[in-house]
Amino acid sequence: MGAAAAGAPVAARYEAVIGIEIHVQLKTASKMFCGCSTDIKDAAPNSRTCPVCLGLPGTLPVINRRAVELVLATGIAIGATTPEFTRWDRKNYFYPDLPKGYQISQYDLPLAANGHLTFDTSDGPVTVGIRRAHLEEDTARLIHATDAAGRRVSLVDFNRSGMPLMEIVTEPDLRTGEQARRYAEELRLLLLAIGASDAAMEEGQMRVEANVSLRPVGTDAFGTRTEVKNMNSFRSVERAIAFEIERQARALGAGEVLVQETRGWDDDRGITYTMRIKEDSDDYRYFPEPDLPPLRADRAWLDAIRAGLPELPAARRARYRDELGLSAYDAAVLVGDPGATAVFEAALAAEPGLAPKAVANWVTGEYLRLAKGAGEGSGAGASGVDGAQLGRLVRLVADGAISGTNAKQVFERHALSGEPVDEIVADLGLAQISDRGALIGIIDEVLAANPGAVADVRAGKGQASGFLVGQVMKATRGQAQASVVQALLRERLGLD
Amino acid sequence: MAGNDLTRLRAHEMAAALRAGDVSARELLEASLARIRATDRPLHAWASLDEDGARDAAKAADRRLAAARGAGQEALAALPGLLGIPVALKDLVVTRGLPSTAGSRILGGFVGPYDAHIAERLAEAGAIVPGKTNMDEFAMGSSTEHSAWGPTSNPWDLTRVPGGSSGGSAAAVASYHVPLGIGTDTGGSIRQPAALCGVVGLKPTYGRVSRYGIIAFASSLDQIGPFGRDTRDAATLLQAIAGRDERDSTSAPIPVPDWSTELAANDDEAAGWLRGARIGLPRQYFVKGMEPGVEARVREAVAALESAGAIIVEVDLPHTDYGLATYYIIAPAEASANLARYDGVRFGYSEHEGDVLGNYLATRGRGFGAEVKRRIMLGTYALSAGYYDAFYLKAQKVRTLIKADFDAAFASVDALVAPTSPTVAFPLGARLDDPVAMYLSDACTLPVNIAGLPGLSVPCGLSDRLPVGLQFIGRAWDEGTLFHLGRAYEAITADAGWRRLDPADLGALEDPATPTPAERMAAHA
Repeated sequence: MGAAAAGAPVAARYEAVIGIEIHVQLKTASKMFCGCSTDIKDAAPNSRTCPVCLGLPGTLPVINRRAVELVLATGIAIGATTPEFTRWDRKNYFYPDLPKGYQISQYDLPLAANGHLTFDTSDGPVTVGIRRAHLEEDTARLIHATDAAGRRVSLVDFNRSGMPLMEIVTEPDLRTGEQARRYAEELRLLLLAIGASDAAMEEGQMRVEANVSLRPVGTDAFGTRTEVKNMNSFRSVERAIAFEIERQARALGAGEVLVQETRGWDDDRGITYTMRIKEDSDDYRYFPEPDLPPLRADRAWLDAIRAGLPELPAARRARYRDELGLSAYDAAVLVGDPGATAVFEAALAAEPGLAPKAVANWVTGEYLRLAKGAGEGSGAGASGVDGAQLGRLVRLVADGAISGTNAKQVFERHALSGEPVDEIVADLGLAQISDRGALIGIIDEVLAANPGAVADVRAGKGQASGFLVGQVMKATRGQAQASVVQALLRERLGLD
Repeated sequence: MAGNDLTRLRAHEMAAALRAGDVSARELLEASLARIRATDRPLHAWASLDEDGARDAAKAADRRLAAARGAGQEALAALPGLLGIPVALKDLVVTRGLPSTAGSRILGGFVGPYDAHIAERLAEAGAIVPGKTNMDEFAMGSSTEHSAWGPTSNPWDLTRVPGGSSGGSAAAVASYHVPLGIGTDTGGSIRQPAALCGVVGLKPTYGRVSRYGIIAFASSLDQIGPFGRDTRDAATLLQAIAGRDERDSTSAPIPVPDWSTELAANDDEAAGWLRGARIGLPRQYFVKGMEPGVEARVREAVAALESAGAIIVEVDLPHTDYGLATYYIIAPAEASANLARYDGVRFGYSEHEGDVLGNYLATRGRGFGAEVKRRIMLGTYALSAGYYDAFYLKAQKVRTLIKADFDAAFASVDALVAPTSPTVAFPLGARLDDPVAMYLSDACTLPVNIAGLPGLSVPCGLSDRLPVGLQFIGRAWDEGTLFHLGRAYEAITADAGWRRLDPADLGALEDPATPTPAERMAAHA
């Protein structure tokens, strides 16, 4: 190693190689291989179970067609290839959360292979290869507790057993924690757009694992990798990987030998820690699932799925820039938040004549301020927002029917209560009076009551003009449009 | 009718008597239960009885019969053929509220919370299930000796095995406990015990009968089928349980013919079906360890078919020799996964010793018998990294070749005729120490499972005073041809002396001094 390299900071001498595995719970009504409901969030333990997902003797799986379609749709959206026929395989291992002693998964014929996804980072766009996306079933949930007698016990809740899961595996193309986070965020947007998953990380609907290794800059061979788990937010994905890169770089720089292991992310302490050291590779004894016939994805079915795909995030950003004339930044912000996207689209749909930029400003400004202010991601502060009503509000401002300042007040009330904008404006008496007939009467009264000021104006004293406008505004409780009042005053005083 | 006479009736004779009002379903059931109670101790065909449930079902059947009788001939004719007829279930058919142990200690105490598809179908048809029958543990075996609850004897010679794994159902039908029984056949487990007990047994085409609720042994090979004392009865039972079931993705949406009506009651008409029928005789099925007496009976049967007008053609199934090896890779591989769910966590036998691994080792170590453990190890080995290609993958390729053999043969013949088992019933304990000798019991039956085809075994005489089985093998979904052949063979041999012989040890069954099969085994050891 040359003197320059030896003298460089440790991290700069290595390149990180990162691959991401993401499991997402698919948004289906029933489980992967039985008819049990997937609505398990607040269900009592083991209340969403049947002989099939409990793995009782004699039971057999039946494929959930919708789950297959959601994976095929995802595959199409990431430009993956779909095999002419696919099948399921048994992945064999023993654990109390796995009722059959095997997981029905897909091994060598996944529903989607060789796709890719492009996303923006602070260093510009990055494209990651996606090796495969396949369909499998989730395991049950283990709860470790202490019983009444003080003994440590493990309880099993089978509600999650058999929930449909899609596993998406990237190529080892990523280099930084930021890229990993951005990939996960972009994938989430894609899945939300397709309707494949609600992909809420904090609910366990989207679980991200990262394989991280380092190699000297300029070399090709992979270093010893670690698998990082327990990252429960996008922010922790970035932080955990950044930490792991730093940790490995420091160890390598100190001449230590890394071990292949699974490490957990401790969000509070901001570190990864050893969970399990893999001494040898697991042998899952995969073999084709004999209880399920191979599945053919014929052309017509794939075409129908393709035709049913909505506008995907990348295409939407491009349209916002190219057709609506928004800045790349505005487009990214609008598309980056599905709630914002929906409000923006609905506002423009309700009021097609509006300038997109004006609507975008409202959404990226007021809407997101309220949505994010109520707690990260929950959007409770903007829960009442109806995009069509926002459109109406922007229209009122554009037409001069309401002032910009008053409009913000109206929006805040609408965001909380969901009341129609027109009703709020009427209730608060905020409509601007720009009608000539209505204003002339008020102006004439003001002129008659203030002869001194009138004389001053005629004498060319500008301040007196401001006083008269103020009196008109006072008489109209601020509803008069100031520019109209100005013009009418001059007209009535014969100054034009 | 006297109770003892009732148990001698075949299912179609019972159906006629029920419709005529000569007998009630309740009387048929009580006759069956009385005979089981009187004779099952030295036979041990049954694993459990459900007398109360059966009596309720019999009462319901009698109400249906009475209603139909009141509504006239058409209503009577429209009743299902199995209404009021006792049918034995093998102890791996899960039924709600009743034990289903599959002959295994690890399922001791397991009571299913749901009904198997075939249990639902039988209940709809009004069949009466007196209980469940003994079997080799998880259907792994050819003698019913590998039952955790002790072996079953053969009513033709109580010192001998009934065959297996469905030996309990075969012995129960042969001993006049019931006219019909359900078995499962993964490598011969219906046909071989049918042959050894002198009854009719059919393994349907893979996919003909839903496996939902059948405790699995090897998923790609298991099929459910009937035992009866003649072909028509077996056809009636298959008809009741066959057909597509949405809960089994491997069950086929193929229509189920009305076989029982197609089969002639008249012997001359039935025999006429043989004229011009092309039947293949596979050379490879008459080799290695076949008893001369068995071969003689089978060749005589083939000659009888030929004299009745059938065209017998010698055919080759060149990959037959690889059947056993192929089967003993695929079946254990699938079983090793199918049996992983028996871990003591949720149901059945459970031992607690230390940590999670300790619990598994204790539960599975003591819950499974030796033969099951042997096959789990065989299967686990065949699927392991580094061995998968050489064993499992190669076996799947040979499976394709074995199927191709049958396809080629069926290009020139309508069905095949062959021995069912190379030997007659062997003595209890004789093959327990020699697994390979035991596995050879199924050499003539397991290629049929590997190819997914239907196979029928019908009695064709005796050798050393023990029954010999004749096997007909058909094209996929062509059980109809097999039933016609079986019925025709019964017709042309209707006057044979052996047809009038009862199982030789039926009398001994009624003697309280006769030892149980378990006592015989203990004495033998």
